[in-house]
Amino acid sequence: MKKIEYSAIKGNSLGYYGLLGGLGLLMLIGLLAVWHMEHQGHWVTGMNNQIVWGMPHVFAVFLIVAASGALNVASVASVFRKEEYEPLARLSGLLAIALLAGGLVVLLLDLGRPDRLIVAMTYYNFKSIFAWNIILYTGFFAIVGIYIWFMMDHNMYKFKKTAGMAAFVWRLILTTGTGSIFGFLVARSAYDAALLAPMFIVMSFAFGLAIFILVLMASYHWSGRELGDEIVARLRNLLGVFIAAVLYFVAVYHLTNLYITEHHGFEKFILMEGGSYTKIFWIGQIILGGLIPLALVYAPGVKNCRKTLSLICALVILGGLATMYTVIIAGQAYPLQIFPGYEVTSSFFDGVVNDYTPSIYEIALGVGGVAVSLLIVAFVIKVLPFLPKSLADSK
Amino acid sequence: MSANKSKVAVNNSRRAFLSKTASTAGMITIAPGVLLHQVANAKPDDQPISEKVRWGMLIDTNKCEKGCTDCIDACNAEHSLTDNGRPESDTQYIRKVTLRDKSTGHELSLPLMCQHCETAPCVDVCPTGASFTRKDGIALVDKHICIGCRYCMMACPYKARSFVHEAVKNQTLSAPRGKGTVESCTMCVHRVDKGETPACVEACSKGMHDAMIFGDLNDPNSKISKSLAQYGGKQLRADLQLNTAVRYRGI
Amino acid sequence: MTNRFLRITFLLVGLGLLYPVLGSADTPKPVIHEPEGEGVKCVHPEEEMKRNHMNYILHQRDDTMYDGIRTEKHSLANCIDCHVQPGKDGKIASIETEEHFCKGCHEYAAVTIDCFECHADRPQKFINRGGKNNASLQQDLQTMLSAGTASGDQ
Ligand code: HEC
Ligand code: HEC
Ligand code: HEC
Repeated sequence: MKKIEYSAIKGNSLGYYGLLGGLGLLMLIGLLAVWHMEHQGHWVTGMNNQIVWGMPHVFAVFLIVAASGALNVASVASVFRKEEYEPLARLSGLLAIALLAGGLVVLLLDLGRPDRLIVAMTYYNFKSIFAWNIILYTGFFAIVGIYIWFMMDHNMYKFKKTAGMAAFVWRLILTTGTGSIFGFLVARSAYDAALLAPMFIVMSFAFGLAIFILVLMASYHWSGRELGDEIVARLRNLLGVFIAAVLYFVAVYHLTNLYITEHHGFEKFILMEGGSYTKIFWIGQIILGGLIPLALVYAPGVKNCRKTLSLICALVILGGLATMYTVIIAGQAYPLQIFPGYEVTSSFFDGVVNDYTPSIYEIALGVGGVAVSLLIVAFVIKVLPFLPKSLADSK
Repeated sequence: MSANKSKVAVNNSRRAFLSKTASTAGMITIAPGVLLHQVANAKPDDQPISEKVRWGMLIDTNKCEKGCTDCIDACNAEHSLTDNGRPESDTQYIRKVTLRDKSTGHELSLPLMCQHCETAPCVDVCPTGASFTRKDGIALVDKHICIGCRYCMMACPYKARSFVHEAVKNQTLSAPRGKGTVESCTMCVHRVDKGETPACVEACSKGMHDAMIFGDLNDPNSKISKSLAQYGGKQLRADLQLNTAVRYRGI
Repeated sequence: MTNRFLRITFLLVGLGLLYPVLGSADTPKPVIHEPEGEGVKCVHPEEEMKRNHMNYILHQRDDTMYDGIRTEKHSLANCIDCHVQPGKDGKIASIETEEHFCKGCHEYAAVTIDCFECHADRPQKFINRGGKNNASLQQDLQTMLSAGTASGDQ
């Protein structure tokens, strides 16, 4: 195999600075939104005592799930020894770290007391899956960081495979942990399923890869480097498989739920009677985020069309956000079943489906987190040799 | 003993004073026995609580009047829970729930608050350990290390917890609370530690409803244990096996 | 090129980090109002309190939270009860102003504490909550008791 040459992008064009500026602006808007939220208190957001977690969590969990998925390309190269993916491994690792960082920033800034970060890092309740996640995230940074170092350092190159394996195992645990954040909430009908963790893993494959492909195509296009159809086609097919797998898991999830009488109420809600929640599920998650991109992947005539591929990726990302919305928000909107057999009313919204209207502040915070991730990528590929000089087709 | 006596007197007249509706004369004659018993059992201020005690509450829904909010009003005053006119985000430690049996149409009403589970989901999920159960079974938030992540609220099967969505002013000295942390019914620890009953229970018996009994579930001779032994009482979501300290009768 | 880019970035970040140091120059010396009156003394000698007051209250905090220990001596409520009294103008200093016992000194020492986001910054009897609450009830109770009546609010 020929030796791959990497180099940092030049990044001195107006476009590059424009990109940094634009992302920086989004980040700044996000910070202003946070300042407002924290100063006023969370009542200015759409979140309340009924919908406890809102848009920030939709973005944060999406980014965290996508982060572990973005590492997939590197894993395919190092763990499954597909050498074609080798040149992409560095970017894959970088994107994984960047997405995780973006997600965590959002999660952190939405806390009621972000000023108590030091408390979050010094007090641990080891029974809490949340606390375990903090360890998993920190470990992820460390392991992927080391992995990238080994990939870039000739002296350490021999340990690269081991590090890649460790990173792969770690990312599986990490996504299991993220899925379990919800899986452990036995009190809520939506989350009472063992399937949640594996479903999150499969989703991470799809979301992470979609973002990876977009970032890859954008960086090669804008830096004027060559990106061959061969490698793009491979990624595209892989994405197709992942989208199909996600659809399969979602189907199994709801079918098993339909099997359990206790969950009939929730299924009826999400599949049929949930108003906007039902719409977001069917239109956002299933049709736009699953069926259409799946069809486009295998559609004849647009095989090597980069625009179509961008559209596919964008749809998968949109569908990913819709999925998180359904899991997180709709899962809370459905009333708790405290008194089976009774019709329930109270001053605290018992027994009713809760409304949720996200505020611009929450959305700005979420988008700010995405901007942070992309800013990290844009910055690092300029100062370190992450991208191969050329990814033109071999021969 | 004389110290005890004066304490009784103070407590007693405070109760009398609190009463807006009930006939106060009646109260004064009922109350002393109850209070004497409780003050005699009070833990000295400098002694730690022990697991020998498990505080609990029994709510008799047959006696709970529909539309009555005595317990809630007392709770709100005790903890300075302010009404900001935003019911979705305002804190409620206790809420009145109206239930209608789907098959018979029978209606009943009950106060719902933190059930003070023995194996509390909120405690299990809390990343910093701010959610904890005291040795005597009261589930609390240590607001000094709560980071406001709200995972406990996601985990609670009773929706018993509230997040403080806006800055609080003019708190009472005994019930500190502030923006950005999670809170819920504390079973009035600050009163219980001093040998008093929770504000809601006190208000309920003052209002002559007597729908709430407070006491030690571990003591077979306590009023609550006897009543439970004689007439029974249910846990909400008993299927989750959380061993709640709040029990209900009549559902 | 890349080097200049890096240098500028680090410069900006560095300036940001330095800001709190540069920004907080010359705070005037605090005026500490101590409780007055015959034989009124702090719970420990003054020097000890100056140095270690936080240890006492932070320790008490955990004792109260976890063990239900309700002794008065080191309780925050007690500090406030004694230390926060109306000034000569009859007004109570709020924690937002330097006149508050726990604020002026901290401002001078550049210490920020969040305690009073939750804890009352003044004794119960000075808390005005509009409606009848525990505080006003207790206050009324005192008047009632001293007047020798114990028969309700008629
Ligand atoms: C987010 C709200 C919150 C903040 C901020 C907070 N506390 Fe507390 N504090 C509480 C609550 C709630 C209690 C429990 C009251 C009880 O059980 O009676 C408490 C109890 C205490 C007690 C025991 C009761 C007493 O009055 O002595 C002490 C001491 C205490 N806190 C000290 C502090 C100190 C010092 C700080 C600042 C570093 C602080 N607290 C910040 C909420 C808070
Ligand atoms: C009974 C009234 C009283 C109580 C209660 C009290 N103090 Fe004091 N405190 C004083 C007085 C009076 C002084 C002035 C020095 C002296 O005479 O001891 C003082 C001095 C201090 C000082 C030193 C101020 C300076 O000038 O440097 C600090 C700090 C302090 N107190 C903190 C506290 C804290 C914290 C608590 C609660 C644990 C507390 N005090 C409880 C009366 C009180
Ligand atoms: C004499 C000046 C002075 C007064 C008055 C004073 N403090 Fe302090 N306080 C300090 C200083 C100085 C520190 C920082 C000590 C250190 O960091 O070592 C401090 C630290 C603290 C801390 C710990 C902060 C942390 O994050 O570690 C708490 C809590 C605290 N003070 C509470 C109070 C309270 C409550 C009062 C009012 C009753 C009060 N202090 C009055 C000087 C004062």
